[in-house]
Amino acid sequence: MSQTTDTVTDDGPAPAGSSTPPARRTRSAKDSNRLHRTEHRWALLFVAAPVVGFLTFTLYPILFALYASFTSWNGLGPMRFIGLDNYAALLQDEYFHQSLFNTLFYMIGIPIGLVLSLLLALALNRRIVGRTAFRTIYYVPVISSLAAIAIVWQFAYNGDFGLVNQVLAWFGIDGPDWLQNTATVKPALIILAVWKGLGFSMLLYLAAVQSVPQSLYEAASLDGANAFQKFRTITVPMVRPVTFFLVITNIIAGAQIFTEINIMTPTGGPEFSSASVVWYIVRKAFQYQQMGYATAMAIVLGLLVMIVTVIQFRLNRRNSFSID
Amino acid sequence: MTSIDPGPVPATAPAVLAGADPTGTDPDGAPRTIGASMPSRQGSATSENRVVNAILFVVLALGAVVMIAPLLWMFTTAVKTTQEVFALPPVLWPSEPQWDTFVRMWTEAPILSGFRNSFIVATTVTVLGSFTSALAAFALAKMRLPHKNVIFLALLSGIMIPFPTLMIPQFVMFSKIGWVDTLLPLIVPAVFGNIIMVFFLRQYLESVPNSVVEAAKIDGASYFQIFRVMILPIIRPAIAAQFILWFMTVWNDYLAPILYLNSEEKQTLQVVIANLNVEFATQRDYPLIMAASFVALLPIVIVFLIFQRQIIESVALTGTKG
Repeated sequence: MSQTTDTVTDDGPAPAGSSTPPARRTRSAKDSNRLHRTEHRWALLFVAAPVVGFLTFTLYPILFALYASFTSWNGLGPMRFIGLDNYAALLQDEYFHQSLFNTLFYMIGIPIGLVLSLLLALALNRRIVGRTAFRTIYYVPVISSLAAIAIVWQFAYNGDFGLVNQVLAWFGIDGPDWLQNTATVKPALIILAVWKGLGFSMLLYLAAVQSVPQSLYEAASLDGANAFQKFRTITVPMVRPVTFFLVITNIIAGAQIFTEINIMTPTGGPEFSSASVVWYIVRKAFQYQQMGYATAMAIVLGLLVMIVTVIQFRLNRRNSFSID
Repeated sequence: MTSIDPGPVPATAPAVLAGADPTGTDPDGAPRTIGASMPSRQGSATSENRVVNAILFVVLALGAVVMIAPLLWMFTTAVKTTQEVFALPPVLWPSEPQWDTFVRMWTEAPILSGFRNSFIVATTVTVLGSFTSALAAFALAKMRLPHKNVIFLALLSGIMIPFPTLMIPQFVMFSKIGWVDTLLPLIVPAVFGNIIMVFFLRQYLESVPNSVVEAAKIDGASYFQIFRVMILPIIRPAIAAQFILWFMTVWNDYLAPILYLNSEEKQTLQVVIANLNVEFATQRDYPLIMAASFVALLPIVIVFLIFQRQIIESVALTGTKG
């Protein structure tokens, strides 16, 4: 992924053949500003939409949110500045702690999903009949509407007539009422998340596995390595960038889990055992009108997600593209 | 985000991908892209290997059943009678399929308006948003603009902030101008462009030599002409891939629509089916809920099946789900 860096210098692309000596920063930048004024105007016009969108729908709201998180506010009336009280209250709020715990608990599904999808990718990398069809079928849940999926899974988890317990009954297992039980509601949601995300991870792993040079495996075979040793010492390290990417993107998405929680357990589950952070924020903000407090929670969530995202950008940059 | 493609295919030249499509296979499943390594593979295709493949086939087939079962069950439940839904032992396929469920749902639930609203939102957002994104990507990749890097980095930093953090201030903003219970809060922020799309289009344009643009300028073309006549045809495949993924995301969106849309005739399809799920579950009309949910995910599944090669290529290359 080699990229030329000349296109991202401040004064735009240097036309081929006109690369200037080191002095360009001082002299030529000013000249080109005068020379290319028309171009600058057009370029500014072309980037105007995303820039205006960023200022209006990201920068202003985030600054507003920062301020609102220091206030007591119902969304309509005046905002009363209360300093760090909302954040202090967060430390005491057992519901917030529980929702944070639940959200983190759901992330157990991430390693499970990755292991399964890597194994799937390895299987689909072999000459197996119908592998294209398999790939399509495994991918269908990824593109399906999460709301529709949550509805059918809620029904499938029903203790009396749900599909899951019907299947378990064939094996003589008397399944629980999955979503009404504090012990089973989180595993049930994890199974759903793994099921839905499997195809996506599988696809990225498949692309990675196919790009591993075959000669590495051949050399290992000559050295007498068995299949498991080859997997451990060649495949796993070679697909590490994909693993890393998937871990990070799954953490970012997992931190924002909401749809399936809200549809399958509209009250936050038995004893609040399925409520996620975003679910709790939505409830506090839009049902109890505690906008200031909900915003403080949203800021904490945003900070956690941003830290993970920055890690991703940093390591990503090292692997592939450079911004400047 | 391109780092997930450790392969030899440069991300800046996606046209090459067609040839390197890791997923293209013959119907019989023989990979046609492993290329040089194939002969040695075939050479070692011992009987032991064939046994392993047969076992793997069975495992994959069982897995495929698990993947597809909930969706099939959704469909069979839709054509069952209410009695059959709760029957024990369970009914796999109804004795008399109630196709009528797929007819009566249009009058008993606001599914038609849900379709219309989802279609309005998804189409407006993706068509206008793709245009603004492509234009910005062109300017950021190929034009002179002071502080271009700062602008691009600021835009990129914006996508690090998750929607739940912004939703409360955005909601208050839109409620102040009276946009709650309209489709506008779902449309307007998105038509200003999709930064992920800008990112990939900009990257895609890196493979276009600057001299091409410079030559057009000397010929007296305006910047918009250069964009329309030269740049747009080049980036069309990249736009198409991102467009489909984005359309799917908007179509399937749930959180923002439930915050804004209160009245039934304004709701998008995902909100409609979620509300049906609550409303009709008390009446135990599961066939209707399942029929509506099935129809709600059908358009995207069809789009996926038609464009699956492009979608899968794009996902494998960029790591975007949309």
